[in-house]
Amino acid sequence: MIRPTSNDDKTRTGISVKRITAWRRRPWAGYAVVLAALAAIAGLYAGFSPKTDRAEAAGTADAQADLANGRQLFNQNCASCHGLNAEGTKDAKGKPIAPSLLGVGAASVDFQVSTGRMPAMNPGAQMPRKKPIPLFDTELKTDYKEPEKREAAEKQKAAAEKNIRDLSGYIAQLGGGPSIPTSDQVDPTKGDVALGGKLFRTNCAQCHNFTGQGGALTGGKYAPPLAPKDVTPTQMYEAMLTGPQAMPVFNDTTLTPQDKQAIIAYLVQSRDEPNPGGNGLGRIGPVSEGLAGWLIGVGLMVLAAMWITAKKPKKLKKS
Amino acid sequence: MSDNKHTAGSPEPREDGGTGRVVGTPSPAKGESLLAKDGEGAKPPAGPATELDEKSAKNAERVVAAFFVLAFAASVGFIAYYIGWSGRNGGMHGVVRARESNLWLGGTLALAMLAMAFGVTIWVRRLMTSKPIIQERHEMASPADTRAAFEADFLEGAEDSGITKRPLLRRTLLLAAAPLGLAPLVLLRDLGPLPEKRLRSTFWGEAVKKAKAEGKQGVRLVVDGTNAPLKVSDFNSPGGMITVLPEGIEEAPEAANEIAKAVTILINVPAEQFKPVKGRENWHVNGVVAYSKICTHVGCPAALYEQTTHHILCPCHQSTFDATDGAKVVFGPAHRPLPQLPLGVEDGYLIATDDFPEPIGPSFWERG
Repeated sequence: MIRPTSNDDKTRTGISVKRITAWRRRPWAGYAVVLAALAAIAGLYAGFSPKTDRAEAAGTADAQADLANGRQLFNQNCASCHGLNAEGTKDAKGKPIAPSLLGVGAASVDFQVSTGRMPAMNPGAQMPRKKPIPLFDTELKTDYKEPEKREAAEKQKAAAEKNIRDLSGYIAQLGGGPSIPTSDQVDPTKGDVALGGKLFRTNCAQCHNFTGQGGALTGGKYAPPLAPKDVTPTQMYEAMLTGPQAMPVFNDTTLTPQDKQAIIAYLVQSRDEPNPGGNGLGRIGPVSEGLAGWLIGVGLMVLAAMWITAKKPKKLKKS
Repeated sequence: MSDNKHTAGSPEPREDGGTGRVVGTPSPAKGESLLAKDGEGAKPPAGPATELDEKSAKNAERVVAAFFVLAFAASVGFIAYYIGWSGRNGGMHGVVRARESNLWLGGTLALAMLAMAFGVTIWVRRLMTSKPIIQERHEMASPADTRAAFEADFLEGAEDSGITKRPLLRRTLLLAAAPLGLAPLVLLRDLGPLPEKRLRSTFWGEAVKKAKAEGKQGVRLVVDGTNAPLKVSDFNSPGGMITVLPEGIEEAPEAANEIAKAVTILINVPAEQFKPVKGRENWHVNGVVAYSKICTHVGCPAALYEQTTHHILCPCHQSTFDATDGAKVVFGPAHRPLPQLPLGVEDGYLIATDDFPEPIGPSFWERG
């Protein structure tokens, strides 16, 4: 910092160069420099390394807090049916009320809770998809104009996402099981649509219809539609992986993650298929098309026949 | 037979059904003009809109003309689209383009024909009158003298040919005609190939035979679609289901037909709930069991498997089979359980050790 042009011996900070030189000549100066360098390196390391003891300790504390939150959520929302230890419950006759959740895995919890199927309102043939309770509602509307309203909604959404994460983490910790797929695994743009179509038609279409419109099963059960846009790729993956309710399980060694991604790609692409000429009539195929053909088509033809043969003027007026 | 003038002027035209001519009745036969001439027809019948006044006739004329112009425009549009656009950008090749061109070609053609039909109907309904019309018909039978002449000619010919006097000729002629009468039966038989024994076995049998010739115990099961062979450890989730085929079926001659017959569902029934059929105790691998996917009722793909009830449902007529109990029929019109495929394990892979023990799918004539 010594400017050659300057004729006075002070640096810009005002410390005399002579004084620094004098300090440098002291006998302990060398040790002091080494110590200072070590301290600087240690400080830098502490700042950059993610796996320092302190950070780890904080992480464990966070994980503990997450688990505690998960357990609390479970006790509040799930334990009444699934039992305090998630072991499942039976009624007086020994008929199961709710299954054990040991080993169902995080994927199953995420699927059931994020689709609103759980917590269930009342037991029935099948738990319907519904709007999740506010604690777990990750599909909250956040596009409010007012900033404070938007912020509150975003905050609530983030809390709901964390709640589901904590709850599924808690259940997974109880007995393992399939974990939630990564966003890369379920990215529909990376799947082989043709392969997905083939796999979907041989293994899924019999219940869910070939364009994912859903269909009826026995005893009041049904295969839910997959075409609505609120069925997310993650939920599709989790359903295949865990086999919720009456659905069979397609584990990752039978249908590999690539196969599942292909099926997701097929489903997402088939949503955007155009309906040339107007209405797709629910895309359920010949049933709705036949009904429309009979009721509307034949009806119009009957009306046309009546119109053609209806009475007409008897004679021309003399002009 | 009453003539035109008489009925047109009759005072009770409605009672004899005179006002509305039934569609499809004969058109006028008399050479007279159908439109009422001046001075013809005494009084107009009572009721609204029975007379055509010149002002509404002019209106109707314009409406009809407008429809005809619309039909003209639509047909020109059809030609223009066909020449100008349908062949562009890859033409009719490709699903998306074909659907778009179908929409426009069909739409313009339908519009042209509909507009013409509307125009003509309005023309008939608003610009033409309806009068009772009489058509004269001949009797169905030919006149008596024609019939008598034919009879005489026929008898004369028969007499002259001597068909009653020369039995040899008569009989050989009949002999000559007989095989020709039977010929259609032969032709009908050959309208399509007979199934022979192809309905009795599937590609599983062929593949197992080939594998055994190579010293193996059976043929591997591969996932339909990816052709990945399945290990026992791969298909280990209780409640799992997958559609499988015998390995190598894609290279078989007439592969599509073979796949249609050999298609099989592999189900992982929890071992403690599985009740093997007597004599088939070793046909499953710890609850992993395989059934034909073809319903025994009319051959729909029965693969709606519910892992909670272990029922396999056929979507066509709701036949329901119990996967834990040899695919026994528990509901619906099917009469036989789904045929079961004997399974085994070799080198950790799931294999089929034989063909289905009975023909798959619905009953057929010679099935017995």
